[in-house]
Amino acid sequence: MTALRAGALTAMVCLAVVAQVVLFPYVAIDGVVPNLALVLVVVAAIDRGPQFAALLGFGAGLLLDLAPPADHVAGRWALALVVVGYLAGRVRQDARSSTFTAVLVVGAGSFVGTSLYAFSGVLLHDGGLPVDQMLRIIVTSVLWDLLLAPLLVPVFLWVLGSLRASSERAFHESVRVLR
Amino acid sequence: MRPKLSGRGPEAPTPEQRARRVLALLVLACLTIITLDARAGSGSPLDPVRAAVGNVIGPAESATATAFRPFTDVGDALRTNHGLRKDITRLEADNARLRQQVATLPLDRTRLAELDGLTRTVADTGYSLVAARVVAIGPMQSFSRTVTIDAGTSSGVRKDMTVLNNDGLVGRVVSATRTTATVLLIIDTDSVVGGRLGTDLEIGFLRGRGSAADTGRLALDLVDDSVVPSKDDVVVTWGSKDGVPYVAGIPIGRVESVVSSPRQSSRQAVIKPFVDFTALDVVGVVVPKGTQGDRPVLTAGAPK
Repeated sequence: MTALRAGALTAMVCLAVVAQVVLFPYVAIDGVVPNLALVLVVVAAIDRGPQFAALLGFGAGLLLDLAPPADHVAGRWALALVVVGYLAGRVRQDARSSTFTAVLVVGAGSFVGTSLYAFSGVLLHDGGLPVDQMLRIIVTSVLWDLLLAPLLVPVFLWVLGSLRASSERAFHESVRVLR
Repeated sequence: MRPKLSGRGPEAPTPEQRARRVLALLVLACLTIITLDARAGSGSPLDPVRAAVGNVIGPAESATATAFRPFTDVGDALRTNHGLRKDITRLEADNARLRQQVATLPLDRTRLAELDGLTRTVADTGYSLVAARVVAIGPMQSFSRTVTIDAGTSSGVRKDMTVLNNDGLVGRVVSATRTTATVLLIIDTDSVVGGRLGTDLEIGFLRGRGSAADTGRLALDLVDDSVVPSKDDVVVTWGSKDGVPYVAGIPIGRVESVVSSPRQSSRQAVIKPFVDFTALDVVGVVVPKGTQGDRPVLTAGAPK
C-alpha cells in the first residue's frame, strides 16, 4: 500500500509541475506563474512534518530541475524545496490550526524557496538577471502563491489526508487478515 | 537526557533528530547533483536522467496542452465585438501609418526592399522546416526563458537547430527527447546570437536581457565600436558554419535605441525582437534538407 501511496504522491507532483508549465503561462504575470510544487511541499510539511516534506521537496524539486523546459543546473530547485519543506515542517504546529496561518507559511516558504533558488544561481553564475529584476520576480511569485494558497491548501490537505486514511485503512485490514 | 546523535544505544532517535538527519542527507544529495551538473558543462552525467524524465514528462505536457487547447483558445473566441472593433481601428491606423512611411520615406523603402530581399534569400536557400507547437513555457521564477515544443528527435529535431516563426528568430534547440524539444529563447540571458545590421552589414553579438515577458529586449554589441547603429535598422542573423546553431539571414529585430555608457567607450544598441515571446504558438525548426520524420517537412519560407 505504501507503493500505491508513493505512486499517488508522484502523480500529484507530476501534475503540479506539468500544470505549472503548460496551463499557468496563460495567466502568468511577466512570465511568473504560481509555484504549485512549492505549495504542495509546504502543505505536506504542515500535514506530515519536516522529514516527509524534505523528502517530497527533494523529489518535486528534482522534477522541476529535470522536466522540460528546464535548462538550469539540476539540483537547484531540489535544494530550495528541501530547505523549504524542512523549515515549514518545523513551524507546522502553529500552522495546523488554521488555514490563515497555513497561507502565511506558504507565503514565507515561497519567499525562502525562490530566494534560495535565485541565490544558488548567483553562486553558480547560472542564468543570472539583474538584482532588481530578480527581486521583482520573487515578490511576484510570493504574491501568486499567496493568492492561490487559500484555494490550494484545503485541496492539498484533503488529498494528503485521504491518501493517509486509505493507507491506514489498508494497514488495519492487512493486520486483521494476518490475524 | 537526550540520546547522543551518533550513539547506537538502545534509545531510538527522536523525530526531530531523524528529520535533521534526513535534511542533512538530502542537502548533501542536492549539492552533489548541483556539483555534478555544474562542473561537467556539456555532457553532464545527468543528461541521461534529464532525457529519461523528458521522455515521460514531455509527452504528458504535449497531451495536457492538446487537451486544454479548446479552453486556452477560448480567450480569443470570447473577445467582444467592442474589442474587435478597437483592434480594427488600431490595425487600420497602423496600416495607414506604415503605408505613409513606405510611400514618403525612400530610406525606409530601401530598407524594406533589403528586408524583402533577405526574407527572399531565406526562401531561395530553401531551409527545410519542421512545424511544431509550443506546449510548455518555463516559469520566470527559474530566471530563464525556455519553452518546450511538441516535436523531437522522431521528427528530425536535434540539439543546436534554429527555431523561428512567421515574425523572426525565436531561439535554438538546447535539448531534444524523442517527442519533445527544449528551446532556449533569444531573450534568455544565456543566449548569444551573431547578428548583422540590415543596412551596413556590420556584425555584432546579441545577448538576451532575460527581462520579463512584454519588455523582452536584446542588447547588441557591435564588433566595430566606431559604428553607430541607426534607429529602426533591422538586425538579421549572421549565421554560423553549417547553420549550427543559427542559420543566416533570419530577421531578429529592430534597433530601438542606442545607449552609450560613459564608463565604456563602446555603444550598445537595444533591439526590440520581431517575435512576440508572450504569444508563442506555432514555430518552425530549421532541419537539414531531406530530413525524414514522422511529420511533414516544409521547404522554403516560414510555416503557416
